[in-house]
Amino acid sequence: MANSPTKTVEQQKAAAAPITTMSVVVPALAWFIPGAGHLIQKRWIRGVLLMVSVVAMFVLGLAMQGHVYKPNGGDILDMLGFVGDVGAGGLYILARANDWGQAAIAHATADYGTKYLIVAGLLNFIAVADAYHIAIGKKP
Amino acid sequence: MNLELSHFSAAVLFAVFASVVFGITQRNTSREMIRYGLYCFAMFVGGVIVAGWVMWILRR
Repeated sequence: MANSPTKTVEQQKAAAAPITTMSVVVPALAWFIPGAGHLIQKRWIRGVLLMVSVVAMFVLGLAMQGHVYKPNGGDILDMLGFVGDVGAGGLYILARANDWGQAAIAHATADYGTKYLIVAGLLNFIAVADAYHIAIGKKP
Repeated sequence: MNLELSHFSAAVLFAVFASVVFGITQRNTSREMIRYGLYCFAMFVGGVIVAGWVMWILRR
């Protein structure tokens, strides 16, 4: 039994998803700059399309007078709104730094803007997961 | 900047961007990505049109 190839659960997990520099850097970069996680791995077309989609949604959301949520402990929908917004990474930080998305809603379609901002963040979360899967070799 | 889109154009733009991200992230090959992206777009826009007609019927 001394030469038994059996591994502990921890060893199996480590072998399944090795921690490399890329597997750490890529998700962080992909979150901060939408599409950059793909671009850094030379998936140029995918990266550009993801970047354009997420950035365009976020900018259109702001242009439609959408609301940018702040960290809060109040209503559950407000908390979820914040979670969605923060997915946009650097865009969210930029919006908060410039106090964008805080004006009173002036027209009916502004609510679409709020949804655009939230969904831009949620789509970026999906893009982050995809970039991570490419980084660990799970996806071509 | 103050952009006021109609309900339909806002929904179609939403469908375009969401479909692009879904297509890229949920499939492995370029061909599958395009097909799935188009499928998602058709489902989004089709859903909007169906929902619009359902609301129109309910209102009558």
